[in-house]
Amino acid sequence: MNASVSWLNAFADTPKTAAELRDLLTAHTATVEEMIALRDDLAPIVIAKVVEEAPHPDSDHLHITKVDMGTGELLDVVCGAPNVTAGKFYPFAPTGTTLPGGLTIQKRKIRGHTSNGMLCSARELGLGEDQDGIMELDVDVAPGTPLLSAMPIGDTKLVVDVLPNRPDLLSHLGLAREIAAVSTSEMHLPDIGVSGIEIPEAKRFRRAGNAGGIVLHLEDARLASRYMGIVIRGVTVGASPQWLVDRLAAVGSRSINNVVDATNYILHELGQPVHAFDLTSVDPEPKMPEKTIVVRSAKDGETLVTLDGVTRKLTPEMTVIADSVRPIALAGVMGGQETEVGVGTKDIFVEVATFEPVHTRRTRRAAGLSTDASYRFERGVDVAVAPRALSRVAALIISLAGGEVPHEPVDLYAREERRAPIVLRTSRVAKVLGVTLEPTRIATLLHSIGCSADVEAGGAAIHVLAPTWRRDLVAEVDLIEEVARLHGYDALPDTIQPYRPGTSSDAPLWTEAAKLRDALSGAGLLEARPTPFVAGGDEHVRVLNPLAENEAHLRRSVLETLARRAEYNLTHMQGNVRLYEIGSAFEKGVDALPDESVRVALLVMGDREPAHFTNAKPAQIDAWDAKGLAELVARTAGYANAELVAGDGTAGAGPSLRSGRQVDPSLAHVLWNVVVDGETIGHVSRVELDAPVWASPAFGVELMLGRMPNGDIAPPGEHAHSEPAPPAPRAVPKYRPLPVTPASEFDLALLVPDNVRAADVERVIREAAGDLLERLVAFDVYEGAGVDAGHRSVAWRLTLRHPERTLRDKEIEGRRAKILSALQSELNVRQRST
Amino acid sequence: MDMHDTLYLGEGALLRTHTSPVQMRTLQKYPPPIRILAPGTVFRRDPFDASHAPAFVQIEGLAVDEGISFVDLKATLTLFARRFFGSTTRTRFRPSYFPFTEPSAEMDVECRLCGGVGCSACKGTGWMEIMGSGMVHPSVLESAGIDSERYTGWAFGMGPARIAMLRYGLPDIRLLYDSDVRFLEQVAE
Repeated sequence: MNASVSWLNAFADTPKTAAELRDLLTAHTATVEEMIALRDDLAPIVIAKVVEEAPHPDSDHLHITKVDMGTGELLDVVCGAPNVTAGKFYPFAPTGTTLPGGLTIQKRKIRGHTSNGMLCSARELGLGEDQDGIMELDVDVAPGTPLLSAMPIGDTKLVVDVLPNRPDLLSHLGLAREIAAVSTSEMHLPDIGVSGIEIPEAKRFRRAGNAGGIVLHLEDARLASRYMGIVIRGVTVGASPQWLVDRLAAVGSRSINNVVDATNYILHELGQPVHAFDLTSVDPEPKMPEKTIVVRSAKDGETLVTLDGVTRKLTPEMTVIADSVRPIALAGVMGGQETEVGVGTKDIFVEVATFEPVHTRRTRRAAGLSTDASYRFERGVDVAVAPRALSRVAALIISLAGGEVPHEPVDLYAREERRAPIVLRTSRVAKVLGVTLEPTRIATLLHSIGCSADVEAGGAAIHVLAPTWRRDLVAEVDLIEEVARLHGYDALPDTIQPYRPGTSSDAPLWTEAAKLRDALSGAGLLEARPTPFVAGGDEHVRVLNPLAENEAHLRRSVLETLARRAEYNLTHMQGNVRLYEIGSAFEKGVDALPDESVRVALLVMGDREPAHFTNAKPAQIDAWDAKGLAELVARTAGYANAELVAGDGTAGAGPSLRSGRQVDPSLAHVLWNVVVDGETIGHVSRVELDAPVWASPAFGVELMLGRMPNGDIAPPGEHAHSEPAPPAPRAVPKYRPLPVTPASEFDLALLVPDNVRAADVERVIREAAGDLLERLVAFDVYEGAGVDAGHRSVAWRLTLRHPERTLRDKEIEGRRAKILSALQSELNVRQRST
Repeated sequence: MDMHDTLYLGEGALLRTHTSPVQMRTLQKYPPPIRILAPGTVFRRDPFDASHAPAFVQIEGLAVDEGISFVDLKATLTLFARRFFGSTTRTRFRPSYFPFTEPSAEMDVECRLCGGVGCSACKGTGWMEIMGSGMVHPSVLESAGIDSERYTGWAFGMGPARIAMLRYGLPDIRLLYDSDVRFLEQVAE
């Protein structure tokens, strides 16, 4: 809703500034989103003081002046105005300024004297017709002050965000009512020069009535709850006066002619759309003795050329105004071209109707045409404002265009709405708002917005009848909201008080995610939150109406999107990427509903640590770093018994965690699978990126955290999502006595065939070494000269210890032999002979 | 919500557009006192621009118990704003409209960029909107089987991306999605 500040002020005895109106409305009624000064073109104009004035030696009317515009030096300005006087203030256009008329002020010589700028008249600034000379300002400001900040010049437009429950605010009347209510002032309709013009009272009928040469029919009362009309004969269509043009311009409406402008004025003033028809072109060849106007549904095959010049095919869901043969207007949306009021129009029929929201919406949608009128009818126009709008618009037309009303207007209005009173308990107000307000205070607040409010003896309850324009007030809680906002949200206290603990526990998935964030951020990774959309392909779940083809699918793995983010960083020359995300991935489900699962994923590449004088060339992150992070993730996510099982290393073997289907052949070379109780819940992989040559290898980890069950919509009372599972009992570490006996260490350098995994070697060593083995570490790997082809040399350090006594050399030697023999027989692993 | 706002998957499936069902399910399932925060990713058919993203997180909050009032709502959200933006942060509450709350309110904090004087970011108002809130409508409680005469409650909904933008002074929401490590390092707190 666009509102004009000067129009709103015309309702009040004391005007308010645009900022005051904005603050009042925003705090109590509806947010003012923008405040637009309509004369921003005057922004460069400053207030200047004429310090000296002398007649021009070579002219009988020019003056040479010295002007102070606050710059510290006096400017020479030649002025032709008779009224220029030293010591007075005038609007001043410095050189370079473009005036509203398009004239750009230049430094120039006028009869031999330089002029640096121009002292302006009201007309030159578009502020009036005063041509007696330059505009003398009665102000006391520092020279150089912008004219706009010192003077109330030009209107300001307020852009008000009117929410769907408040259609009553879609007019200046509605906003003025609120302003009066919250500033406890009086309100009256603006003076538009119509006092003394009497319009006869409308005559009321149910379905049909004669307005004087034309009979109105409301065929179906569901289309319009009220239909009023008046005939005005002998108007002179012409231009509108400036005040009317200005008011309409302030709300973004173009002036057309005095009659049409009067109808638009009433729409913006009272919120009541009004339409004027050229009476002569309505029903030019009546079938009945008199002309006919009927409100009805359109028929298939009918067409109408609307005022915008578009020929529209009508359909039965549209409501039209028709004469005896054809539709002449789209009801509540737009008039027809054939009955348009133009220069030659003498007699008019003015329609003031309350079209039903549902039917207006249908008409608007079917026609694909939204107007100021349809916008208001769709949201609901006060049915009681129609008679007032009718007499006001008729009086305005007569005052602007002349004419007379030969017949009383018609009011087709079948049923008057009776509204039930609402009982407002003062105790309930206190309960909801948290403060106790006096019953009289509550009643006063409700009064101010047009409610009748009778306080019951004792003050326990107030009986409230809402005004016709507030159809949203139907229940006690609606009134409590009114009381709260009129009293002022900001006037309510904000003392914090304790809450009782709730009955629902935290979702396990969420607490787990929080722990993972701590662990991964603590490990130096950065949390990323990309969107889950990917270019994808047939394997992905597709969005039917994607925003772009390169994000038409939902990701099947979180690593997919992290890979794209890593590439984004590489294009910005950032090669050290350590990102993680906790988010959802989607697999195709049995029906359109995808299987959604929540995962944690990370992608690491680049330097393992920042360069430092102790380590000028840090090593690159490798697979083992990723494996370590996978172990951290698994442990933190509560998978205490997770095992990392080496993958077969084949390219493109990265399985989707959910379905076993391949994720993205280019993406993942699985290095290890994370296995819990025989089920693969994640993997560590080498990630292939679209990377520049300088980029180091990238490694990824992805681990399943939980699945979103796809049950049918849960019945009321049932929880749609997973029940919080009781946390698994955590194994508590048990004390073991610290060793008092010495340990023995020895190394084994083993020749391991390439097809044997270190994990298998470790298993065999552990089995063969038995209880005495305290620690086992693979501390060196070597391939190359001196090692047989197809083998690698892996060096292990074993620490053996007996809990009660010192081990003898013979025992250690025995173990060593046993281990070597087991390795030889089970894995064909030999000790390396150097 | 129509075709212009929602991302569809077909056969009646769509990407969730808001997280409010969590509130209703919680009300149906648990007896008061209720105190929940419900975070979740939601999807809208908004092209990526400086202030819109097609997927973003929403956080909703709900508290229902005896004696919960608008004062508690104001106090709690104000406390949050002061903890999040600094202890001297000014807030204001504006009337608003949501179908599931009444009275409804929008909470603004003082513009982070201009300190409340008015700048282009806050359209000269000196305030930035950060969340919608209100007292839970009695009919919402009743339809969940909760006695609305005995219990009252408040609810709010906000977008963490928006308040992150205010906290860090981000000119463009896409910074939060690009995952540029230089940016992420700046805002790692």
